[in-house]
Amino acid sequence: MRNDMFSMLRRSPHCLQQARKSGSRLGAVLACLLIFFMAVPDMAMAYSDEELRNVAERLDAKSSTQKIEVIEEMAADGDPRVAPILRAMLEGDLYVRESDEHVVITRKQGKVYTHIDIVSGEEIGESGSKEISKIKVNNRLRGVLRDALATLNLFSPDLTTRTNAVEQIMDARDPAMLPLLLRAIDREEDETLLARMELARATMALAAGETTEERLAAIEVLSSETTPQIRAVLYQFVASAEAGGFEPEVIAAANDALESVEGRLSTWQTVGDVYRGISLGSVLLLAAVGLAITFGVMGVINMAHGEMIMIGAYTTFMVQQALGSFLPSGSAWSLAISVPAAFLVAGAVGVVIERSVIRFLYGRPLETLLATWGVSLVLQQAIRTIFGATNQQVTAPDFMSGAIEFSTGLVLTYNRLWIILFSIIVVAGIAAVLRYTAFGLQMRAVTQNRRMAGSVGIRTGYVDALTFGLGSGIAGIAGVALSQISNVSPNLGQTYIIDSFMVVVFGGVGNLWGTVLGAFSLGIVNKFLEPVAGAVLAKIFVLIALILFIQKRPKGLFALKGRAVEA
Amino acid sequence: MNKKLQALIGAGAMAVSAMAMSAAQAAETIKVGVLHSLSGTMAISETTLKDTVLMLVDDLNKNGGLLGKEVEAVVVDPASDWPLFAEKARELIEQEQVDVVFGCWTSVSRKSVLPVFEELNSMLFYPVQYEGEESSRNVFYTGAAPNQQAIPAVDYLMSEDGGSAERIVLLGTDYVYPRTTNKILRSYLNGKGISDEDIMENYTPFGHSDWQSIVADVKAFASAGKKTAVVSTINGDANVPFYKELANQGIKAEDIPVVAFSVGEEELAGIDTAPLVGHLAAWNYFQSVESDANAAFIEKWHAFIGDESRVTNDPMEATYIGFNMWKQAVEQAGTTDVDAVRQAMYGQEVANLTGGTAVMNTNHHLSKPVLIGEVQDNGQFDIVWETEGTVVGDAWSDFLPESAKLTADWTYPWVCGNCEKPMY
Repeated sequence: MRNDMFSMLRRSPHCLQQARKSGSRLGAVLACLLIFFMAVPDMAMAYSDEELRNVAERLDAKSSTQKIEVIEEMAADGDPRVAPILRAMLEGDLYVRESDEHVVITRKQGKVYTHIDIVSGEEIGESGSKEISKIKVNNRLRGVLRDALATLNLFSPDLTTRTNAVEQIMDARDPAMLPLLLRAIDREEDETLLARMELARATMALAAGETTEERLAAIEVLSSETTPQIRAVLYQFVASAEAGGFEPEVIAAANDALESVEGRLSTWQTVGDVYRGISLGSVLLLAAVGLAITFGVMGVINMAHGEMIMIGAYTTFMVQQALGSFLPSGSAWSLAISVPAAFLVAGAVGVVIERSVIRFLYGRPLETLLATWGVSLVLQQAIRTIFGATNQQVTAPDFMSGAIEFSTGLVLTYNRLWIILFSIIVVAGIAAVLRYTAFGLQMRAVTQNRRMAGSVGIRTGYVDALTFGLGSGIAGIAGVALSQISNVSPNLGQTYIIDSFMVVVFGGVGNLWGTVLGAFSLGIVNKFLEPVAGAVLAKIFVLIALILFIQKRPKGLFALKGRAVEA
Repeated sequence: MNKKLQALIGAGAMAVSAMAMSAAQAAETIKVGVLHSLSGTMAISETTLKDTVLMLVDDLNKNGGLLGKEVEAVVVDPASDWPLFAEKARELIEQEQVDVVFGCWTSVSRKSVLPVFEELNSMLFYPVQYEGEESSRNVFYTGAAPNQQAIPAVDYLMSEDGGSAERIVLLGTDYVYPRTTNKILRSYLNGKGISDEDIMENYTPFGHSDWQSIVADVKAFASAGKKTAVVSTINGDANVPFYKELANQGIKAEDIPVVAFSVGEEELAGIDTAPLVGHLAAWNYFQSVESDANAAFIEKWHAFIGDESRVTNDPMEATYIGFNMWKQAVEQAGTTDVDAVRQAMYGQEVANLTGGTAVMNTNHHLSKPVLIGEVQDNGQFDIVWETEGTVVGDAWSDFLPESAKLTADWTYPWVCGNCEKPMY
């Protein structure tokens, strides 16, 4: 039966022509298959059990080229048992059992591999990793497997599977898949998917279309899209158009379409730059906001600020370790627990530093600078001695992995989105504490006029300690967020200390809103410069611009007015 | 953690006791200097190499030492601070009087210690893949030269199995190794018909953590209708946020494969590798290599470090080869005198861990096999391609016009690291 079929395929002249033209074997086989389907509509094709086993064993070939031949042959067969085998191979779950040389799909649990028969789909035993050998796949094979699965899934009853298949076909852009796609379009009822299919058809019809009208129509469809994929399609077409001998009007239309797609994409590029700038700004803001209190409000040049951030990050690590060993079910909450924990730990360290070192040095900025720098070195070495010099691994919870992807190529990663949100909440929280609480009032009173505040009965020393503790605690909270995006190492703080001072000085010392605005504008400027100048030069440019700005306005963006500053 | 602490304290104690010893006693032991960063941005990679040397020294002493003497390791910490490397090297050679030094990772650190080793005529074994364009009489390079790593890796990317890449992104950390390697690669790619507009080059500082823009740029660069691949010479812990960002932005290895020259098992140990399956690395050794020598080495390593989950990697193999070669050369020369050992090094052969033989050539570079591995979800590499036999390390790249004419050969009649014609 199967031999008959293949001889029939071989005899079909149109089919062979197609095969020669397309240059893609998978596509050719599928195209031939389609014609065959149409000619003999009711004949179901399937491997016998024995044949399926034999063909699957050939998947364990030595070279990728041989494997691809087998994959294409299997995909063309249309046996429903083929798809699970190919999917297992794609995911690296297809193994050869050493005992009987049979190919099995495996499911791994701990160190035990459960074997699943490829013919019956039933579990047929289990083993360790020694008794089975994996059928190796590389990137080229993964591409072929995805394409093959897409064609198999194009007629799946499940909408999501079909949608994914169409997207994969659009990525592959193999003109030989066109007949199969046309057939799917005829049968498709879902409106949204139908639109995607038409788009996929257009990407192929551009080069493979028969007439000028067909090509122009395809360009028409494509030019209204705004995705990097479509830009790639048009690029490819324009680049090959000269050699391909296409009509001048088609080439001109393609060029116009490319230009309009590029124009719209570059707008989205700018949106992306702004977003990434805001994201960097939110990181700077988190790092700097604690300093805005210790340096901005209290006037302490706190070189150990970065180490407070580091302590926060290490607290996160410890919370995760503790949850992991004592309460594994609660590990999803590790970050929520880390925030108050980091605030308390870093805040407590801050209070100790203030009471033991800084309070003796008020009004002597140079000595404070040196003393706090010394403290920062002590803290770094302490962490290095306790935890070791190597980085600690802080895991990201599920809700912080992945991204929202727009078809326009804009990607908003969840971890960055959460950090932007988190920074806003932290700043709002601080603003509320300063504005609405008695402690905030006392704090402002002490920093504006210490003696007067003392005279009305405020314990200024107590307020100083708590203010420094608040600033340090907030740096600790920043450490929780930063542990998600950078390496938790004893040097973590040093990476952020310069940036933090830059933001506070730029925004205007003593002004929370200045810090907010300073952080976001530095972030955005940096991210617009980065693609042009590179990450290293962008940083240097920002620093130079900042120096010039400070020359012009020594008090930063928002200078505090009045006697308070002079006092 | 405790074990590591003990090792550190042990190493410190050794260093202190070494200092206390008089010159007369020093003759009873052979001293081996270890110059690897134990803190700072490179500690993630270099701490392991310090442990490897300690393990090899330990092993040697258990088997009766060298020339009947006890071997003693002197460990110092240059703290990822490049000028400090030169100071510590001088300390090792002048004060500690070590007979040989194993050390350095980044090329800046090697460039920093080079004048010290040449001035004091000592011997350095450098165990990391590097950019070439150097051959010093006082350094033996046991890592890969560009023709033993970068060039084969790019060849693989452009081959059918590697995905037939036509556009290449060169990402690197901003220092001498990535810049020189990328210069060689650019010239090589141009020769292969890839024009400059199809090559994107980008450099970032050490410890860079905000990869959003760069990964987005790579995606945009890849959407110009040609198959794109990334060649990464990113060093140190900046790799962790880089791979995280790749995964978060959903870049699949089939679409844009990334081949890395500085990422091995040790660097992957800290990341969830499930989203990275299919990305590549080019080395001369992987832990997953199946050979008896490798199995024995891994077992010894686990026993020494007391942790079954610790991995092995390529620079460890390079350290292993370098140490064993030095040992054999000392035995052959019958002394630890630098000049005599150097002469004995040429043509020295030791078994490598991949089941072959490493040979020291007269340009101070090794002959090694080249392997390309794919990241697996368990943090190990699956070898997808390897050279037949070994490749001789080339100090001066054939793909840069100004260095193609230079020869490095430290035997008569050349006796020179960068000459156009023999000295004698």
